[in-house]
Amino acid sequence: MNVPETNRSDALLTVSGLVKRFPARNGRTVHAVEDVSFEIRRGTTVGLVGESGSGKTTAGRTLLRLIEPTEGQAIFDGVDIFALPEKQMRAYRQRMQIIFQDPFSSLNPRMRVEAIIGEALDACNFPKGERRKARIGELLTLVGLQPEHGRRFPHEFSGGQRQRIGIARALAVEPEFVVADEPVSALDVSVQAQVLNLLSDLQQRLGLTLLFIAHDLSVVEYLCDEVVVMYLGRIMERGPARAVYGSPRHPYTKALLATAPVPDPTRKRTRVPLQGDIPSPIDPPSGCVFRTRCPHAIDACAQTVPQAEHIGENHHVACIRQSELAVAS
Amino acid sequence: MTLDADTILSVRNLRTWFRTKYVTAKAVDGVTFDLKRGQTLAVVGESGSGKSVTSLSIIGLLSRPGAIESGEILFRDRSEKVQDLAKLGPRGFRAIRGREIAMIFQEPMTSLNPLYTVGDQIGEMIALHNKLDRHEARKRTLEMLQAVEIPDAKNRLDDYPHQMSGGMRQRVMIAMALACNPSLLIADEPTTALDVTIQAQILDLLRRLQEQMGMSILFITHNLGVVAEIAHEVVVMYAGQVVEHAPVIDLFARQKHPYTKGLLACTPNAARDLEPGGTRKALYSIPGSVPPITNLPPGCAFAPRCEYAIDACHAMPPSLTDAGADRLSRCLRSSEL
Repeated sequence: MNVPETNRSDALLTVSGLVKRFPARNGRTVHAVEDVSFEIRRGTTVGLVGESGSGKTTAGRTLLRLIEPTEGQAIFDGVDIFALPEKQMRAYRQRMQIIFQDPFSSLNPRMRVEAIIGEALDACNFPKGERRKARIGELLTLVGLQPEHGRRFPHEFSGGQRQRIGIARALAVEPEFVVADEPVSALDVSVQAQVLNLLSDLQQRLGLTLLFIAHDLSVVEYLCDEVVVMYLGRIMERGPARAVYGSPRHPYTKALLATAPVPDPTRKRTRVPLQGDIPSPIDPPSGCVFRTRCPHAIDACAQTVPQAEHIGENHHVACIRQSELAVAS
Repeated sequence: MTLDADTILSVRNLRTWFRTKYVTAKAVDGVTFDLKRGQTLAVVGESGSGKSVTSLSIIGLLSRPGAIESGEILFRDRSEKVQDLAKLGPRGFRAIRGREIAMIFQEPMTSLNPLYTVGDQIGEMIALHNKLDRHEARKRTLEMLQAVEIPDAKNRLDDYPHQMSGGMRQRVMIAMALACNPSLLIADEPTTALDVTIQAQILDLLRRLQEQMGMSILFITHNLGVVAEIAHEVVVMYAGQVVEHAPVIDLFARQKHPYTKGLLACTPNAARDLEPGGTRKALYSIPGSVPPITNLPPGCAFAPRCEYAIDACHAMPPSLTDAGADRLSRCLRSSEL
């Protein structure tokens, strides 16, 4: 298990050695998340990026124990929430919330908006009556809607507005930590920016700590202070967004950044796209999981799982060839 | 029905409406564009812009109550004969679809039949159009799977769709679409469901196949990054109409419609949106959302969301007019942009 060496006091959440395996047919195992360690400092936004199958959503959900982790520790404000019995966990659930990707399926179509948000208030025993009504109006205003919208049903709203309702519901219990799981990827481009601005603004105003799960690299670069790059359940590289985007050190990060389409037709296409597909998490490659698609893989890459190496302030890379590749480029 | 010699498809004032007892949704309302031989024309727009209905109108796959209300879709086939697809019946389309015009969709899983092997599905279509026997069809199928760079193609012929990844399935769809060497490929968001590294592979593949086979591509997408990678020309749609049309380099260099300008500005861009110290500037965002197509404002459909809108914009719908070299814009103030 590899514990982040800086257990700094300003970390709100320190994850170490997180593992999640699901049983599959014929006694086989899906290795969804393997040995994931990182920390999230108070008031910052950490981006979790990766392609489908990288384990980013599973990692995010285990942190809230919406899925029970197989192994590992998650120290939230000094307490290992993975070790808490369900009853004590309830108190922590109020402090940690989630915003889902699909604003269409994550709101009950038969409930009015005020009831959807009210349900979250019930969970923290918020009194009923006038005070509750005022609080719901306040939350709707906070996310850029109007108090009257509480009487409406989800289908009366556009996608962007529905995502605002999802955000209001998550914020109703005044959480400190919010996992946003692809909150803008189901939205049209012109509406995405509105929701990103809202998240960024709310984070600053309320001092939220955010884990932002996304596959869109430009969105993560814009919104996040730190980035964790996952591939096939493992962390390839993590560090300050500026460092990871400015000088990516893992071959996978480099490939991801090079293949993302850029709205500039004059840009020269020098990239060699990654060959092949992401392997099955049921039978991941030995050693480095990325080696089957890595242009720099050597025999040694199949032998051992590369450990995270510290290469700069908070910047870690899990690649046995990172230093020679850095010299070569 | 005249068509320039280098034009393969000319959509002229196309209106595709969905009429019900109570409302008429003018999903496509007066769309005009030309596609040149061997080129890629990207149609960009958000949901509800009419980009998909435009492509379904061209290939004759509209479902009721959608119907072409008026307009022409002139298409030049292999024998240089020009037909108006807007007036073609189901029988006429059967001779064209797959053979002259092929289409690939966003979701390769739902476009393939889960009960047949991919070899059978491609083979069926090859046999149908070319009157080949099973053995010849299988040989040609293998060639196609190799052309779309499916590794170990010989063994993948007998795979079922569920045994393949999303990227592989999209390659199978492309193989099937191109099996009869069509002159026009309609690609409706073909990479939207794929991861970025796989998206790059598919875009590269389409570019290479276009060079080899010379087909023209009508590429429907909402992603401006993808447009920059693949298009020669771009048509931007909003609320059922073309709002801007320009060669790709010109469009990204300078936008002549506020909507296009807004779309580009609201995609996060670190160089523009992050201060050197790391503080974020608020992203530009287009206020409001796309209006419902059944209830459009009387003037310019974009005016209620447009920061350039003046009184005249709200009074009368603007027409698509010249906005400099080879480009068009549907904006009263395009010359000021």
